[in-house]
Amino acid sequence: MGILEVKGVNKRFGGLQALGDVNLSVAENTVHAIIGPNGAGKSTLLNCLVGKLIPDTGSVMFDGQSVLGRKPHEINQMGISRVFQTPEIFGDLTVLENILIPCFGKRDGAFRMHAFEQVFHEKSLIEKAEAILEDVNMADKKDFHSASLSRGDKRRLEMAMCLVQEPKLLLLDEPTAGMARADTNNTIDLLKEIKSKRDITMCIIEHDMHVVFSLAERITVLAQGTPLVEDTPENIKGNPKVQEAYLGESQH
Amino acid sequence: MEAIVLQVLNGLDKGSAYALIALGLTLIFGTLGVVNFAHGALFMIGAFCAVTLQRLLSLSHEVVDETRTDFLGNPLKVDVPYLADWFGVDAAQSIINWSVPLAILFSIPIMIVVGIAMERGLIKHFYKRPHADQILVTFGLAIVLQEIIKAIYGANPIPTPAPPAFTGSFDFGALIGMENIIYPYWRLIYFGFAMVIIAGVFAFLQFTTFGMVVRAGMADRETVGMLGINIDKRFTIMFAIAACVAGLAGVMYTPINSPNYHMGMDFLVLSFVVVVVGGMGSLPGAVLAGFLLGILESFASMGQVIDLLPGINQIIIYLVAIVILLTRPRGLMGRKGVMEE
Amino acid sequence: MFGLNSKDTSLLLVVAVLTLLAPFILNPFPENSDLAQFNAGYPDLMQRFVIFGIFAIGFNILFGLTGYLSFGHAAFLGVGSYAAIWMMKLLTLNVIPAIFMGIVVAGLFALVVGFVSLRRSGIYFSILTLAFAQMSYALAYSVLTPITGGETGLQIKPIDRPLLSNLEPGEIGRANLFGIEMGNSYLLNVGGWQFTFNAGYYIAAVVMLIAFYISIRIFRSPFGMMLRAVKSNQNRLNYTGLNSKPYTLAAFVISGMYAGLAGGLMVAMDTQVGPERMFWTASGEVVLMAILGGVGTLIGPVLGAGMIKYMENILSKINDAILHQWFAFMPDGLENFKVAIIHPFIGKGWHLTLGIVFMLVVIFLPGGLVEGGQRIGRLFRRKKRKDKPSPDATPAE
Repeated sequence: MGILEVKGVNKRFGGLQALGDVNLSVAENTVHAIIGPNGAGKSTLLNCLVGKLIPDTGSVMFDGQSVLGRKPHEINQMGISRVFQTPEIFGDLTVLENILIPCFGKRDGAFRMHAFEQVFHEKSLIEKAEAILEDVNMADKKDFHSASLSRGDKRRLEMAMCLVQEPKLLLLDEPTAGMARADTNNTIDLLKEIKSKRDITMCIIEHDMHVVFSLAERITVLAQGTPLVEDTPENIKGNPKVQEAYLGESQH
Repeated sequence: MEAIVLQVLNGLDKGSAYALIALGLTLIFGTLGVVNFAHGALFMIGAFCAVTLQRLLSLSHEVVDETRTDFLGNPLKVDVPYLADWFGVDAAQSIINWSVPLAILFSIPIMIVVGIAMERGLIKHFYKRPHADQILVTFGLAIVLQEIIKAIYGANPIPTPAPPAFTGSFDFGALIGMENIIYPYWRLIYFGFAMVIIAGVFAFLQFTTFGMVVRAGMADRETVGMLGINIDKRFTIMFAIAACVAGLAGVMYTPINSPNYHMGMDFLVLSFVVVVVGGMGSLPGAVLAGFLLGILESFASMGQVIDLLPGINQIIIYLVAIVILLTRPRGLMGRKGVMEE
Repeated sequence: MFGLNSKDTSLLLVVAVLTLLAPFILNPFPENSDLAQFNAGYPDLMQRFVIFGIFAIGFNILFGLTGYLSFGHAAFLGVGSYAAIWMMKLLTLNVIPAIFMGIVVAGLFALVVGFVSLRRSGIYFSILTLAFAQMSYALAYSVLTPITGGETGLQIKPIDRPLLSNLEPGEIGRANLFGIEMGNSYLLNVGGWQFTFNAGYYIAAVVMLIAFYISIRIFRSPFGMMLRAVKSNQNRLNYTGLNSKPYTLAAFVISGMYAGLAGGLMVAMDTQVGPERMFWTASGEVVLMAILGGVGTLIGPVLGAGMIKYMENILSKINDAILHQWFAFMPDGLENFKVAIIHPFIGKGWHLTLGIVFMLVVIFLPGGLVEGGQRIGRLFRRKKRKDKPSPDATPAE
């Protein structure tokens, strides 16, 4: 029984079958990649996991509880954090404040009326936030205006915001999309480092095979909204069906 | 039945004004992506074009009339319009009487200049700023414009009558086989005028290459920009057209309501509600919602309705707006993805 | 001090000192001098400074922190005023229950309006709040006349016999705080100067200082940080396990309660209210105040409120005769020319000046007067030490 169990999920947009009978099981403490050509339904599947979309049929169980019908913030509180394709951070806030927000969310829940407390009195949370910034090598930038960060630093910051919540499952939506090779390698190293330091399950949606084969322990290949095959990276590499799916893409 | 027809008719003139202003607002929002709070001021400037023309035509000089004397026995001084010197007294009088229709021609160049000046001078710099900033700066501009008009023309409404031929009312019921539907000529003319302008704008967008590019720009600004089409220049022209539409709506509205300096703001607030109800960025939505709300307002002002729900005429538009916004987030005909963030 | 960091504490203290010494500061010119008309140290105007300051502080908690632009905030001010005057008519002429009632009723009304309006964002939110405010205005003006007094509004009349106040027969009740009447003033004459110390002003000023203090606490609290996060990236906030809805609603209600407080204080000072207090232009005015002073800053809205009220009262009083007096030293032609140039901007034309100043601020100083001050300050600092680059400006000063 995996930490994330997707069973028989279907999703239609008008006449388009975006997801057809998707089954997926992500084992605890592994790095699981979901790959597939454009339009295979990767993003739709991810959006069903985080509460942005609700599948027409099927079930999504996380840690023994259904996530269906829950709002994004509720799903996050269950222990699923998400990294976006383009880093989503609080640009008007400082780097430290960006980290403090998930800290408060973790401690106080989805809403608490702490209007008369003062942020600078929360010493323990600030220490926790500074520690995580140390982890991603951004401690020296904690007072920067986060909109002024470089793209790579924004990505690090977003990862840090997710990690400070100590999620059980970290979802990454094409974390290296649009990056230069050097940046991509940095991101791979960062993710490896993150994984080595703590128990965390990661689910990566990715286009770049280099990233996938550097990180993943299990790979699911999606094609036209349906899982084609699920296996270890070694077996996927040699699988003719997978090659066909990707070749099929390059033909049109 | 007669009552219903009468209320529909009564709603048409206000509905026409709402529709014309909302049409211009939507054009500007759809093409330039700017929320223009100064659009009501354009409507007002149009109205004051009519006032100005009336005054220009009436410019007079004093002539001593030897044949008449005042009560002290001195020869009477009378004001004679210059026009009378040139065209004769009767012709001059009829030209002055027709100043409102003539102001249509007079206002077009003025509105174009005002529109271009506004877009090039101010709005252009706010394309990339947040909507809140656009609202604020155009709100400030609206205040400035209306205060300038107030400084020149004073705070009181200025009567600007329609030509005598159209001042009366006629029995509209007789035309459609009903009784007791007396309707002022000018309001019907206003409605017809509005329909012509609306049709003109739609035809322009539908059948010219210029319009095609603008429609493409409304659908997807970035892509059109990437095609290398000089979209900026077209948008300036679009702004000028929207200004003209608002200005003409104002010119023709003067006989219905004497223009005053705050008429723009009065109409703007309601027109914005109209635009939002119609759906931000939808031209047919703006027109439809304009007439719909105008007619609804007129029905809500009926005696029987007010007896039943006192005060409903005052709040009906806002009430409808709230209900529509909550049940149809994008308004009646709004498209997905417009102003959703 | 007060649980604030040193910078905020000094800001609070400076504001407190300025507010308490306002009767001196605002009356810099001797009574008989030509410049006496620029004095703003009379009770009526000073009361308005602080009351509109409160209104703007509250508006800023919503717009400055969350970015939700309400165009209907005057409705809460109006509702607070009506609630307060009814307390004074029926219960007691003591202002405390009246102000308290104003806050509570405005807060409840804001809860309802906010609950509905906050289901939409952006311009839709602005239009929804505007629609609610215009409806309140129209209803107060017409149907609700038995409660609101319609067009004439409500005043304290000789027939009003508040339950807890012992009034002589025929005596018109006057607002008081445990016996201190709001209208009481102490005049101090020093040389050519006359300073007025008004009880009502000081009561309103103390209330404003408390309101200002609370707003600093809110700005620096985790709650305030969440609100800034709502403005910055609501999507991220939701995916970070926080529910943005109750945060924005709480901000909306707090901001409505500030408006109710301002409305209650207004009634406490002049014991009357009319529906025009809720008209959308009144809502527009508080937007102008916040922007002019510096939206999202602590002190900005208070400065903006002060500036607009000063312009409204002082600029509008200057007329051509006064101008001629000023320029009398010039040759006649030049004098008349100057008067003609300035004429449209003063007296009844002060709105024109306001509009122009407002536009200039939005275009060139999006951070308002506060940003202007910071820029000037930075200019001086740069002159002092050119070698050190200035550190990144921290947000939400």
